[in-house]
Amino acid sequence: MRISAPRRSALIAGLAIASSVALLTACGTTSGSGYGGDEATGLGEMEGSVSILAWPGYVEDGTNDPAVDWVTPFTEATGCEVTSKTYGTSDEAFSLMKTGDYDVVAASGDASLRLVAAGDVVPVNTDLLKNYDGIFDFLKMQSWNSVDGVSYGIPHGYGANLLMYNTEVFPETPASWSVVFDDAAVNAGKVTAYDSPIYIADAAMYLMFHKPELGITNPYALDETQLTAAVDLLKVQRASISEYWSDYLKAIQAFETGNSVVGTTWQVIQNYVSTGNTDVTLPEEGVTGWSDTWMIGSQAKSPNCAYAWLDYIASPEANAQATAYFGEAPSSLAACDFRDDCEAFHAGDADYASKIWYWSTPIAECLDGRTDVTCTDYSAWTTAWQEIKG
Amino acid sequence: MTSAPTIERAGVPPTRETPARKISVFLSQHARVRLALLLSAPLFWLGLVYIAALAALLITAFWTVDSFTGQVQTNWTLDNVITVFTGALYQTVTLRTVGVALLVTIIDILVALPIAFYMAKVASPRLQRILVIAVLMPLWASYLVKVYAWRSALSQGGIVEWLVTPFGGTSPGYGLPATIITLSYLWLPYVILPIYAGLERVPNSLLEASSDLGAKTWRTMGSVVLPMLWPAIIAGSIFSFSLSLGDYITVNIVGGANQLLGNLVFTNVGAANNLPLAAAIALIPIGIMIVYLGVARRAGALNSL
Repeated sequence: MRISAPRRSALIAGLAIASSVALLTACGTTSGSGYGGDEATGLGEMEGSVSILAWPGYVEDGTNDPAVDWVTPFTEATGCEVTSKTYGTSDEAFSLMKTGDYDVVAASGDASLRLVAAGDVVPVNTDLLKNYDGIFDFLKMQSWNSVDGVSYGIPHGYGANLLMYNTEVFPETPASWSVVFDDAAVNAGKVTAYDSPIYIADAAMYLMFHKPELGITNPYALDETQLTAAVDLLKVQRASISEYWSDYLKAIQAFETGNSVVGTTWQVIQNYVSTGNTDVTLPEEGVTGWSDTWMIGSQAKSPNCAYAWLDYIASPEANAQATAYFGEAPSSLAACDFRDDCEAFHAGDADYASKIWYWSTPIAECLDGRTDVTCTDYSAWTTAWQEIKG
Repeated sequence: MTSAPTIERAGVPPTRETPARKISVFLSQHARVRLALLLSAPLFWLGLVYIAALAALLITAFWTVDSFTGQVQTNWTLDNVITVFTGALYQTVTLRTVGVALLVTIIDILVALPIAFYMAKVASPRLQRILVIAVLMPLWASYLVKVYAWRSALSQGGIVEWLVTPFGGTSPGYGLPATIITLSYLWLPYVILPIYAGLERVPNSLLEASSDLGAKTWRTMGSVVLPMLWPAIIAGSIFSFSLSLGDYITVNIVGGANQLLGNLVFTNVGAANNLPLAAAIALIPIGIMIVYLGVARRAGALNSL
């Protein structure tokens, strides 16, 4: 039988699709291994290399700026060559850790619990880290770096999502987050907010203070009703939003030009705004924030070098360099000896730190201990976030 | 088909039956096999990078993801596709995206037509070359640089505001208008070049003949140039339309709080780690482009490409 030209090409395409389907189905996907392996009990020989996944500015070896280098001293001391990869969002880090290519990861609280749940990281034996003792107690064994009393990493640095305002528009320091929620319409088209599902927690924290009848006790543990209330608040806010930011350079520029006059920010953004027309404050409702954790991958090829890195990055000098470069508070008081801006970041101020609701991954099992309801998980938050943006 | 009988001639030694010659004889007698061997390498490549990638995408749309561990699970389900085609969010965003893509395409065609006509029919050969380079020049600069340039131009107190304020206008600020302006600027070269190439193919003698027969400028344009130019315009519009349909970076930088289909795909892959849902959303632009190409084909615009 003679097949006409178009029919034949269709046939070839069909065959190609069919064969790739077969290929893909054959590959399948690996199943999760549950909560990851055992913690180390002792240290052995250094493996000579370690691969690290971290936020930009956490692992600097002098390539970006010759003056900024805390990796070379580590390599000289331990013989572990460092290869590093940076990521832009917690969600990207979560995806990258699935490859199993990284020995160490610096994860924020909105990724750490997911990493533990997916079995991508292992418990960390803090007895093997001599610099662990010096770390602020209020950072240790928290809900974002430990599970059931088992430590899954060591704290790195922390910071708060503060309220930034234009001093010309707000001659007086706003006392409440209401300037971006209930009263946002006053500055319609000039309000900014952080572009991530985790920002829903900011709205929940506001409701926790102003609508106690909702019964929110932890902004990361929201049941259906509470999530709906937070989403409704954010949908109203959406009408006044100029833009959402996730790139902090975008936020700096928007505040400098006046395209944004009020909204959530980081201390480092305030430090970089060159026009001097902004200030930051910690409103009465409190703030959300981050506390990053160095964790060890469950498929780490160099566990000894990984432990060496965790210990090194917690040492006062290295921790001071890394946290100062990123613009956040260090993890220990001793690190402040190597920094002169600790005061600006309120390092070690337990009272200030207690006002921060650190990013945690929302999961179905309520983080506030409620057992009579199911909480909304991160995927529900993501869907909600997309609907808020519309 | 039978091969010609070998004729023994004095002085010409009989050809030796080497393996290479056997293969060559076989191939010369079997046209189909020859064609298959010639095409298999490029087709394999096309199949691997294009069709297999698309097929992988289509299949992923029918899988699910475990929300707790983030692992993709190969349970076959239509949930994602149903969500995408019935969800109010996806319908709104799809309409917005198509609207933006259509406006960008219309603006680009309107701007490109006079420029291309001047380049092809009016300018001297020397100026023509300079203009082609000028049109191509923006393509040498990074996409991001151009978008950030528009971001600063459209900002409060930026150059756009400075330009329009004396005439009583206001800068559009960040939002959908800014997105449309920026995308129109970005894709303009891709629309000018096919239209320019199309106009080059319109013989000058036809324009002269038309004017000899008494047609005025607009009549010549409408009855002679445009019908011949139609395929080129469609080709250009396919570029600007499909590129706008998939863009998510521009709207992120100058689009204010708005999101397009590309952003939904991006956040579902990046933020939500929900590859199946992202794949299902990606089916929308693919579907729209198939419809678009189908319409273009029916209009006969693809015949002379």
